[in-house]
Amino acid sequence: MNEIALTSADRFDIRDWLRLEMFPHFLCPGCGHGLALRAFLWAVHELGIDRDALAVISGIGCAGRLSAYVDANTFHVTHGRPLAFATGLKLARPDLTVVVITGDGDGLAIGGNHLIHACRRNLDLTCLLLNNEVYGMTGGQVSPTTAAERYTTTTPAGNCEPGFDACKLAEGAGATFVGREATLQVPTLKNLIREAIAHKGFSFVEVISDCTEIFGRKNALGNSPEMVLRQKAGMRPDNWGNKVDRPFRPNPFPTGVFVRKTRPEYLELYEAMTAAARREERD
Amino acid sequence: MRAAFEGSQAIARAVVRCRPQVVAAYPITPQTHIVEGIAKLVADGEADCEVVSVESEFAAASVVLGAAAAGSRAYTATASQGVLLMAEVLYNIAGMRVPLVLTCANRAVSAPINIWNDHQDAMAVRDAGWIQLFCTDNQDAIDTTIQAFRITQDTELPVMVCVDGFILTHLFEPVDLPSQEQIDMFLPPYRFSRTLDPRRPLTLGTLVGPEHYTEVRAQLHGDLEASITEILKADADWADLVGRRAGGLIKLDGPHRAKIGILTLGSVYGTLQEAARELLPGTPLRLMALRCFRPFPAEALRRAVEGLADLIVLERAIGPGAGGILATEVRAALAGLRDAPRVHGAVAGLGGRDIPLGILSRLLRLAEAAEPVRCTVIDLRSAPPARPGGAK
Ligand SMILES: Cc1ncc(C[n+]2csc(CCOP(=O)(O)OP(=O)(O)O)c2C)c(N)n1
Ligand code: SF4
Ligand SMILES: [Mg+2]
Repeated sequence: MNEIALTSADRFDIRDWLRLEMFPHFLCPGCGHGLALRAFLWAVHELGIDRDALAVISGIGCAGRLSAYVDANTFHVTHGRPLAFATGLKLARPDLTVVVITGDGDGLAIGGNHLIHACRRNLDLTCLLLNNEVYGMTGGQVSPTTAAERYTTTTPAGNCEPGFDACKLAEGAGATFVGREATLQVPTLKNLIREAIAHKGFSFVEVISDCTEIFGRKNALGNSPEMVLRQKAGMRPDNWGNKVDRPFRPNPFPTGVFVRKTRPEYLELYEAMTAAARREERD
Repeated sequence: MRAAFEGSQAIARAVVRCRPQVVAAYPITPQTHIVEGIAKLVADGEADCEVVSVESEFAAASVVLGAAAAGSRAYTATASQGVLLMAEVLYNIAGMRVPLVLTCANRAVSAPINIWNDHQDAMAVRDAGWIQLFCTDNQDAIDTTIQAFRITQDTELPVMVCVDGFILTHLFEPVDLPSQEQIDMFLPPYRFSRTLDPRRPLTLGTLVGPEHYTEVRAQLHGDLEASITEILKADADWADLVGRRAGGLIKLDGPHRAKIGILTLGSVYGTLQEAARELLPGTPLRLMALRCFRPFPAEALRRAVEGLADLIVLERAIGPGAGGILATEVRAALAGLRDAPRVHGAVAGLGGRDIPLGILSRLLRLAEAAEPVRCTVIDLRSAPPARPGGAK
């Protein structure tokens, strides 16, 4: 029997997409990033993307570490720079599906600058920002998304800085697809990522993830199951229309797709502009 | 007070007793425990300063520059990629002649990413115009940190205190933590001759054209060279106060009659001392740790190597295409010296590779070479990984 390409009709087996020789992986037991990775690979699988046509780029962090486990073209670049790197890669190889996996530290703190320009430029990239409210990899320091009053190793008396809403930032900076979902609902998250990858232009997905081992422990939020279930208390899906009862995070977050619009994609604009310039030269 | 502390906690306590008003940092292994320690001391009410958790090292260096220029004693700490990301601001700080202390928890530089110790990070910014002091143990790290706050305001040159990542930052050892009273006697309140003040407006870091830029740079060079006086004075005054020196410019151990010397930077000095004591008790060896790497103490080095036939320079960094960075500078400093020893360059301990006691005998073999060894990487494994793109 001939080998057939995997299509969405095939059953998804995450092991087909992992570099099993890299295992055991280094994530802590129960880390939310594992669920995010699963949702991402499931989405890729359903879209029928060939692994050779997929580039996964990440910076440094526990979120950043995920690319190492994906059996595709992967790049582990310096802290905060995956979007800049991805921009270069996509311009050189527009045929590839380019996905950036970043964290709240990698993508909003040290690399925040690149995020706003990626949104503005609208190059056809997908950015998955795994927000666990903390710098997990370095041992649990406060991040730009840490909720007020949470304890971290650099805020031993509780965080006094306001956090910020990454989705609003992306929207404000011009991203043409913006959405948020929590690891509590992996199939919904998968669908969101799937739509983001299929979207033409820059797509931004914030994944509400959990740093169970460090953030969860420090704030007495329980183990992984408790943390994942508590996400629900902080969610406000549009279609539920209900109020948050006991927010998991002091600032409850809506989920779903917030922006879905069309705007000329950067590469198309660029090519049209160079073609016009050439025409002018000829004439 | 003598007690066992993790190196980072000892440094954190020494820093807060120097009464900084602003601390800004971005976490990076193996520096993080220092700033976490400071944050905890502040939260516990044991220190009164503002700890700002900024969004990158670039921001950290900029925040402390602003704070120090506006008249606050300021402090930051970083390592590896963080030092490199700060590089632009480090040059600015030195160029503006603003007093600052930075702890560098020395770590290897990407790529490949590696979180363990070597000195490539500090070497990458050796020409930024900072004083760079290397510590051999945690007592040294405490004493040097305190001295650094005084040196920086006496010279108006920033000081980088280099402490081996993990080897010192994560090591628990008994240290004497000087009391608040001792430090207050040693360290006067912060002052800066050009504090930004709206009542006396001035500009720092403004555009300087070709007609003056050379003079500014030459002055920085000259002042850095002259800072040796303040570095030595701080150590001498400290010794008067606590009865212990931190090593002046170069730490020295071994008999004067030794014909072979080994010069190194940082904690590996302790390894060499122990190896000499345990493995080669009868062999006369002169062991040296360069405490002050910037300014480069050429005169002191020339005196320290007197009588040696061979000088082996052991370092944890490499200048690809040039060889050992320290060895190159040592050769330059000894050039033209009558009866100068032959200088052999050895690189080891990159990216956290252990430097075992047994290295001593392998180092000493270099002195038997017919010609001076320019640069050798010690304990290289036989099969390096394949070159990217296929070895040619
Ligand atoms: C220039 C630089 N500064 C600091 C670090 C240290 N560092 C590595 S990962 C990280 C934070 C990661 O946080 P986040 O992106 O939220 O990822 P998480 O581990 O939480 O998934 C930091 C500060 C680094 N590698 N490079
Ligand atoms: S430290 Fe936190 S974010 Fe990192 S792997 Fe562990 S649980 Fe996950
Ligand atoms: Mg994070």
